[in-house]
Amino acid sequence: MAQDNSLLQSLDDSLSVQQKHEVVTGTFKATQLVNLPTVESPGKQSLQFMIMHRFGKLNGGAYELFGLDNASIRFGFDYGITDRLAVGLGRSSGDKTFDGSLKYKLLRQTTHQIPVSVSLYGLVTNYTQRYPDKPYLDARYRTAYTTQVIIARKFTRNLSLEVVPAWMHFNLVPTARDKSDVFAVSAGGRMKFTKRMSITAEYNYLLPDQVVTASVKSSMSLGIDIETGGHVFQLVFTNASGMVGPYYLAKTTGTWGKGDIFFGFNVTRAFNFKK
Amino acid sequence: MLYIPTQAQSWITRNGKISFYSKTPMEDIKAVNNQVFAAIDLSKKTIAFTLLQKNFLFEKQLMQEHFNENYIESDKYPKAQFEGTITGNVGTTPGVYKVQIDGKLTMHGVTQPVSMPAELNLQQGKLIGKSAFNIKPSDYNIKIPSLVKEKIAAEIPVQVSAEFLPK
Repeated sequence: MAQDNSLLQSLDDSLSVQQKHEVVTGTFKATQLVNLPTVESPGKQSLQFMIMHRFGKLNGGAYELFGLDNASIRFGFDYGITDRLAVGLGRSSGDKTFDGSLKYKLLRQTTHQIPVSVSLYGLVTNYTQRYPDKPYLDARYRTAYTTQVIIARKFTRNLSLEVVPAWMHFNLVPTARDKSDVFAVSAGGRMKFTKRMSITAEYNYLLPDQVVTASVKSSMSLGIDIETGGHVFQLVFTNASGMVGPYYLAKTTGTWGKGDIFFGFNVTRAFNFKK
Repeated sequence: MLYIPTQAQSWITRNGKISFYSKTPMEDIKAVNNQVFAAIDLSKKTIAFTLLQKNFLFEKQLMQEHFNENYIESDKYPKAQFEGTITGNVGTTPGVYKVQIDGKLTMHGVTQPVSMPAELNLQQGKLIGKSAFNIKPSDYNIKIPSLVKEKIAAEIPVQVSAEFLPK
């Protein structure tokens, strides 16, 4: 019996050496927390279809059936070109906004060497809502750019956190006093409470004195993720009506305290084209 | 002809191959691990395998993620290990020897007895081993939610092949 153990033991020792450089996987379940992107992207040749849905404000009262009478929606497709590079296309009903994005996994956390994962996220938005009173709004003026650096760490099998500085550039702002380059910092994370369910939260802090002609607030969102095979269902509560880059980061007007809370859900479905 | 002296007694590999294939009408799930560590000691007729669950490669990234996160829980149970004994004659000259292997397989924190027929092909300077057996996820406390029960086979065939070199 002792000999048996030594045979396995010697194998195990050399296997443990290999284990030290393992890439940490599954930092987050989804490609975003609620609105905030995570370090994750669809795998090579995988397509992710996402429906994001927000009802109206809870404080609309019984007349608006607590927001259920109204809804805004975003459809998004994200495709993995490689395991590290993904492209995305989306369209939100709010402002009839199209968006295109790139996400690149720059750095991947490993068990002993690299403490964090870092992904770069670039997003271009263009809104197509018609404003007859503003004939000067051409395609350029309607375009904004959002760049985010996502720094995440999986602390335990259940807890992952991320910090995300963001830089937005608006080609057109309402007045000269509004900054066309706007900065925000987001923080968020997920805590698994069963193998297939987790709580996600994010806080997006807009640095002060940038957007001055509108009363904008920082946005906070909470979600419960339920994973079932190729689907992830997410129930969310947020004070942001917008679901992409500049909208939830720099155009949120409601606050949680006043009940400007939107209930909604995100649903993702993965499709595979490998082989 | 030269008489070839007795071959090595201890054999080892670091790139053995273990694959499994779960087949259901709903979905086929295939995975392969090409980084299996294995050793055979012919003098004591013992054999051992060990592997990292994370080294199983799936066609779909999402399957691989679910395998690691939800089923095998590779962060908690990173390895699968087998140790066993070889029954049957293994000669010292090149040739194919059919043997029986009995031992214990540990994965997902559960140890179960496993028996499998195997073929040991002794060649000049190498030993090629092949075997196949079935495992039931339920034997290893791997819980499959009812929602995906139809997509994962109750009994999963596992194939092993390894080319050993003298230690």
